[in-house]
Amino acid sequence: MQSIALVVGTLFGSLINLNHPGNYIHWGFIQMSYSNLLVIILMVIVFFAAILIPFKTHKNKGADR
Amino acid sequence: MTITDPKISSNGQSDLSKSADLPEDADQWTAKIRHVAVEALPPQRLLPDRQPAYVASWIYVFGVTTVAALGVVIATGLVLSIMGPNWWHVSSTGLFVNSLHMWSVEVFFFAMVIHLWGKFFMAAWRGRRRATWITGVISFLVSVGAAFTGYLSQQNFDSQWISTQAKDGINSTGAGAIFNVTNFGQMIMWHIVLLPLVVVALVGIHVLMVRLRGVVPPFAAKGETPGADMAGADSDGATSGAEVPA
Repeated sequence: MQSIALVVGTLFGSLINLNHPGNYIHWGFIQMSYSNLLVIILMVIVFFAAILIPFKTHKNKGADR
Repeated sequence: MTITDPKISSNGQSDLSKSADLPEDADQWTAKIRHVAVEALPPQRLLPDRQPAYVASWIYVFGVTTVAALGVVIATGLVLSIMGPNWWHVSSTGLFVNSLHMWSVEVFFFAMVIHLWGKFFMAAWRGRRRATWITGVISFLVSVGAAFTGYLSQQNFDSQWISTQAKDGINSTGAGAIFNVTNFGQMIMWHIVLLPLVVVALVGIHVLMVRLRGVVPPFAAKGETPGADMAGADSDGATSGAEVPA
């Protein structure tokens, strides 16, 4: 289990270095970390994608439903 | 409750089910509650095979995504409570389950906020669905409290920082006398007992309300007669007309 954790940790740990104080945006009285801002932007993108991307449905087997 | 002598069938099981709904038992509280419950939510409505055609959109999947994430939150939380802090702080498996618990909360809120936006812009309180909307709003607010007490229960520098920052805010409301964010024992009890019970109960009521009133139909397009081709557009949530398998 420890070797798996080491491999996973090495793989993902190399993508983003989190070993430093967080970065924040300051916009008037609003103060927010870049990671929180990223999550909000992702939510907006997923929201519009959910509206715009067609949803594949099952073939309707009912004759006139 | 009437005491009866059960007939034992040939397979060795009692046959009390056939004695249900006897006319002389109609005024018993068990019969009354059963009748009200079955009339409001018959099995076909409680677990339907088909949904109205308008549900075939990605925006409708975020409610069930939220419920699925809540299931993972509860399951991983149960494992953490069984094994304890020494396990989740030190062992690799414990750290992994601890991370699963945290990331499923992230998915829970991510999906819930998109669900909230979708339902807000389709005015999901229409058609006698006010109770569905209100239970959703209260679930969201209580979930924020559950997550907050979770961050306070981490037993690390992060939780110390959050609690010392939050105490001034809580104290300024006057609630600090009974809700002490620097009291670890109180916060973890709120986090693992009180608030999960409330969240699960509220989400349960919310889902039952969706089953009772049906999924809210979208607004009619410009120039279109409202409800002309929309199943379930009636005010009582019935879902007749075009449907697709669930």
